[in-house]
Amino acid sequence: MNDSLSAPNICLENISFSFSGQVIFSSLDFEIEAGQWTCILGPSGCGKTTLLRLISGSLREGFSGRISFDGKERPSGTTALMAQKDLLLPWLTVTENILLGDRLRGSVSSIRREKAVDLISKAGLDGYAGAYPFSLSGGMRQRVALLRTLMEERPVILMDEPFSALDALTRMKLQDLAFNMVKGATVVLVTHDPFEALRLGHRIHILAGHPVRPVDARVPDSAPPRLPGEPGIDRLHAALLKQLNQEA
Amino acid sequence: MRVFRLLIICAGLIGIWQAVVMITGVPYYILPGPGRVAIAFNENLGRLFSHGVITLIEILAGLFLGTILGAASALSMISFGSLRRWLLPVLVISQAIPVFALAPLLVLWLGYGMMSKIAMAILIIFFPVTAAFYDGLRRTDPDWIELAGIMNAKPFAVLRHIRIPAAMPAFASGVRVATAVAPIGAVVGEWVGSSEGLGFYMLHANARMQTDVMFAALALIAIMALVLYFSVDRLMTKIVFWQKE
Repeated sequence: MNDSLSAPNICLENISFSFSGQVIFSSLDFEIEAGQWTCILGPSGCGKTTLLRLISGSLREGFSGRISFDGKERPSGTTALMAQKDLLLPWLTVTENILLGDRLRGSVSSIRREKAVDLISKAGLDGYAGAYPFSLSGGMRQRVALLRTLMEERPVILMDEPFSALDALTRMKLQDLAFNMVKGATVVLVTHDPFEALRLGHRIHILAGHPVRPVDARVPDSAPPRLPGEPGIDRLHAALLKQLNQEA
Repeated sequence: MRVFRLLIICAGLIGIWQAVVMITGVPYYILPGPGRVAIAFNENLGRLFSHGVITLIEILAGLFLGTILGAASALSMISFGSLRRWLLPVLVISQAIPVFALAPLLVLWLGYGMMSKIAMAILIIFFPVTAAFYDGLRRTDPDWIELAGIMNAKPFAVLRHIRIPAAMPAFASGVRVATAVAPIGAVVGEWVGSSEGLGFYMLHANARMQTDVMFAALALIAIMALVLYFSVDRLMTKIVFWQKE
């Protein structure tokens, strides 16, 4: 991760936000622990993506409250986003897509290029550096999107259902890859999949209700990433589903 | 395969033409048969060529300048909101006036030479290019823009690296339409007033009842337009290589 910025904790205080006359958040308080994976579950339309947009700073207007990073205002260049859509630019090669942030800021250098090549090889994409997105499978495209996110070297990584469009096996592999590669960052993962949250989360919160409130869910005692067969996971999975059902 | 299909279509059209001439027995000075036109083409090859070059230059210059002007106006409209509010109505009004009605004025202002014909072609080309490109620029995926914002990109960088490339398929459609209509502008300009070019040559032949020569000129215009269209189409397909057919 970025040396100058260590992974911060994120504090949302007294957040209120309405959209088209509907109250989404009202005096919401929410804390995200530094350097950990926080998974957020909840029914569609409950404001999970809005929460990410508040943290990333994409949503600048229409809300009240305070969002702080280690107690301070959000420093510029703090967050990176990985979404459900890979958002690869079809006219750029894999390497160029990974270096998109540098390209946009006019800071592409040979050192950064080398770093991109290194990441490509770590992600098992050797031989695809010069390929265009349309020649890649869905799983490979999402891997490239992960590398583009990592290339930003931001201390906070926001993930909006990045694995949900993949088949089960590809999803597991990419979850492991993502977990191992983003080590050290503060990660907020929005997901529909309780099992994914149980695999990856240090903490799991369920967003539900009107207006939305975060509810803590139980997490296995072992350290993530957890394997499907681990003792207790199935039981927690059932409990989590039940809890989700009740909250909804 | 595409060339092969085109040849079959051409052969079919020529066959129908020949059949019409034979069945109706229409006099050759009203509708000459393909054979007669081919002979006229061959006999007037030199003149057809020299007039054809003039028309081709007018078409190409009009296409080039019209595309650049169209792209520039689309870019300025997307970049400056206040300009857009003034320029958009002007564009719509300009399209309400039939361009052909302006041809005599253009000849009056710019003379009998190439300039008035190029201006005519530009007027025709400008709007489809502007409209298509502007539309493409406006409809950039908002998720890309949000991603670029999180990456701390400046608006100009977003325009250069995301909006413009993303609008290229729409731009290419505009240029294709422009290429198809560019010859109309040049030839109409020549009809209104000129001393050279295929449009002039057609009027000249018409006045002497040389209908076969008229048809030969028409055939040359069609060939030029087709070659131009397919070349531009190919170039555009290459530029937007990522777009599936």
